[in-house]
Amino acid sequence: MTALDLSPRPAPAPAAKRIVRHGLIEARLLIRNSEQLLLALVIPLAILVAGRFADVAIANSSIASLDLLGPSVLALAVWSSAFTSIAITTAFERRHGVLERLATTPLGKPGLLTGKALAVIVIILGQLMILSCAALGLGWRPEFTVLSALLGVLIVILATATFVCLALLLAGRLRAESVLGLANLIYVILLVGGGLIIPVARYPAALQPVIEALPTAALGEGLRATAHGNLLGWPVLVLLAWLVAAGLAAWKGFRWTS
Amino acid sequence: MPSPDSAVRVADLVVKLGHRAVLDGLSLEAKAGDLTAVLGPNGAGKTTLIRCCTDLIRTASGTVTVLGMSVGSRLLAGRIGLMPQSAGSWSGIKTVELLRYLAGLYANPLPVPALIERLGLSDCAKTQYRRLSGGQQQAVNLAGALVGRPELVFLDEPTAGMDPHARRATWLLLRELRANGVTMLLTTHAMDEAEALADQVFIVDHGRVTISGTVRQLTKSGGTLETVFLSHTSARAAS
Repeated sequence: MTALDLSPRPAPAPAAKRIVRHGLIEARLLIRNSEQLLLALVIPLAILVAGRFADVAIANSSIASLDLLGPSVLALAVWSSAFTSIAITTAFERRHGVLERLATTPLGKPGLLTGKALAVIVIILGQLMILSCAALGLGWRPEFTVLSALLGVLIVILATATFVCLALLLAGRLRAESVLGLANLIYVILLVGGGLIIPVARYPAALQPVIEALPTAALGEGLRATAHGNLLGWPVLVLLAWLVAAGLAAWKGFRWTS
Repeated sequence: MPSPDSAVRVADLVVKLGHRAVLDGLSLEAKAGDLTAVLGPNGAGKTTLIRCCTDLIRTASGTVTVLGMSVGSRLLAGRIGLMPQSAGSWSGIKTVELLRYLAGLYANPLPVPALIERLGLSDCAKTQYRRLSGGQQQAVNLAGALVGRPELVFLDEPTAGMDPHARRATWLLLRELRANGVTMLLTTHAMDEAEALADQVFIVDHGRVTISGTVRQLTKSGGTLETVFLSHTSARAAS
């Protein structure tokens, strides 16, 4: 048996190394999870393909359905990874004592959250690349300008941060099983009724102001507009308001232990 | 003021869950280099005490000093190891993968292959955590607490679920750690564990220490540690 030197020699690894290491392990575990993969890629791809070949009538008559489906599916991908996946995985990390253990390592609470953010960014970048390639292959021809592309990136960043805060709030307060059910339910409800896939203008007029105030609609409408080269300001404001509220609530309400 | 040889000092600690005081004026001191055991029935506050020492929950009042610093100090990063009562691991991660990841958070970690061998985990090094037996999971949790070569380790019921062979091997490892100067604070229900290992024992009930001392001091009137435990704790079953 190899002898172990058990004398204490505590020292943290450099902060950047710790965060990158954590981001990569979380991303790897997320990718390995088949349920998360279903949410992250299979469902958005299925919607894209179904929309292309069934020519689903979700577009205005003057716009081909893929022109709307392309950015809509990208919005859905952000929603599924930043909200549903993070809520479920964090809830089980909390239940299984992973957060408890890691918060006492040199990674600490800030490092853990930063690493988690890095994992989300890695996953979302991968999703956006794969789904964009699929949409382009199916005939999507986006009309981004430099400015609208930059605005689109800003909207994705704000939406990701908002959804992660909402996910942490859910994961940090409820039992893991409740989070599993609730996060999936919210995912489906807002997929259908949250302005993510279906443009807000297609909902009943009375509901449109309510839907426009949702962060999912802000992301969906924002990406659809920027993909057509248009600059839409209100999604940024809606997302900023949600980010501040969700961030404060998560900061105050998140519990590290179950 | 904590004494210079104090690794953990808790004074008049109160933690409330709603209106219920989980810790109700708990005070104790664990000396550097010692193995301190905290005994108590379910719901006595043992896990909550460890969570306060590792800055995981907010306290209502009282003070906690760890290695001479307030809990939450960034200077404590890496100096503490924790073996939580629950899994402490992702369910889908392999043993070697988890330990390599944890080792990567430290500058001078224990060599992972040797640690795996020392804890008898060689046969399940590439097994996912959820497929390990209860005893193997406990061994992985212990390895995770030690891999960073901490000077203070909190162990929440470290041998729960282990078979007698694994328990004895763990006791041997804990003694070796103490001989190497590692301070440990462990919680346990097992009287034989406290008798075999502890330099100092604190018996906790209803969120406060009811009696403390060395095993010899506690049993000097002729009783066993179990009779002392029974006479200083209530039968209340709590969460």
